[in-house]
Amino acid sequence: MEPMQLHILAVGRNAEIMTVMHRLLNAPDNWTGVTVTTDEAAKSAFEKEAFDIVLLCAGISPEEETALTSWFKQRSPAIIVKRHYGGGSGLLKNEILYALENR
Amino acid sequence: MAKTVLHKAATRGHADHGWLNSHHTFSFANYYNPERMRFGALRVLNDDIVAGGRGFDAHPHDNMEIISIPLKGALEHKDNLGNTVLTKAGEIQVMSTGTGVFHSEYNANTDIPAHFLQIWLFPNQLNVTPRYDQVTVDIESKPNHLQQLISPDPNGEGTWLYQDAWFHMGRFDKGSETSYDVKKQGNGVYFFVIKGKFIINGQELDNSDGYGVEDASHFTIVSQEEDARLLVIDVPLFS
Repeated sequence: MEPMQLHILAVGRNAEIMTVMHRLLNAPDNWTGVTVTTDEAAKSAFEKEAFDIVLLCAGISPEEETALTSWFKQRSPAIIVKRHYGGGSGLLKNEILYALENR
Repeated sequence: MAKTVLHKAATRGHADHGWLNSHHTFSFANYYNPERMRFGALRVLNDDIVAGGRGFDAHPHDNMEIISIPLKGALEHKDNLGNTVLTKAGEIQVMSTGTGVFHSEYNANTDIPAHFLQIWLFPNQLNVTPRYDQVTVDIESKPNHLQQLISPDPNGEGTWLYQDAWFHMGRFDKGSETSYDVKKQGNGVYFFVIKGKFIINGQELDNSDGYGVEDASHFTIVSQEEDARLLVIDVPLFS
């Protein structure tokens, strides 16, 4: 079961993990993903493209999470901003499905 | 009346990849059940059987406390922290993945399956320096007793992790009775029957059943079979 067409932005500090995230986010036929490692790159991508979900990944501190969530929500109140735990594929799909169902 | 969840073994998610036969108590990978996202800080409880010589290639994790408990056979663990370790039944491994870890887990034997529990907890601190630990656990010589495997205390019995969580495991004779008291006020307790049958505070549990209790502090555990084995996971509850 794959969710609807989704465009996903993921920001995290661990470049190696974000490389894996990029592959995972672009693996399903109906998902496309952009991965970045800095807040500036995340904000730039967010202003250029329409995303459905933003994932906050490895290395994002609670303070950065609060600030980034606020920034994204100010520009797009309906955007789902969610911390992604786990790095690998085990939680990715069902965490996204759950977020979509409980937006 | 205590607030409880009962996860019968047959209702778990199941994935058979040939080399990996896995049962998921909670939503994981392609198994999605919105009613089974976690029990408090307990997010993943996978019951995995890995074919001889096969395993999980190197892959990343972050900000999860990952516990592996081999039940039969042995795993060869390698990670980018520099660890290459064999973990066999009677031992447990804990990884605090923090800012990020890449690891692989392979069945160390080519001729027999490896059976192990893979358990993930949300941590109580984000972005910690990753660590790996492994300890020996002897439940064989001390029957009818819940032995502590893991606690939040680096100086406690067993090993430790970044969460206010306690793990206990025991092997029980038929008819034996023991008790368990929750370790921290407000925590819930999740029981997983590794083998056999138990009655816990009046609830009958069969092989591979899970039973979570959110608002009880004392438990009476009665084994219904010889050589029955139970895992007890005491975790913070949060929505």
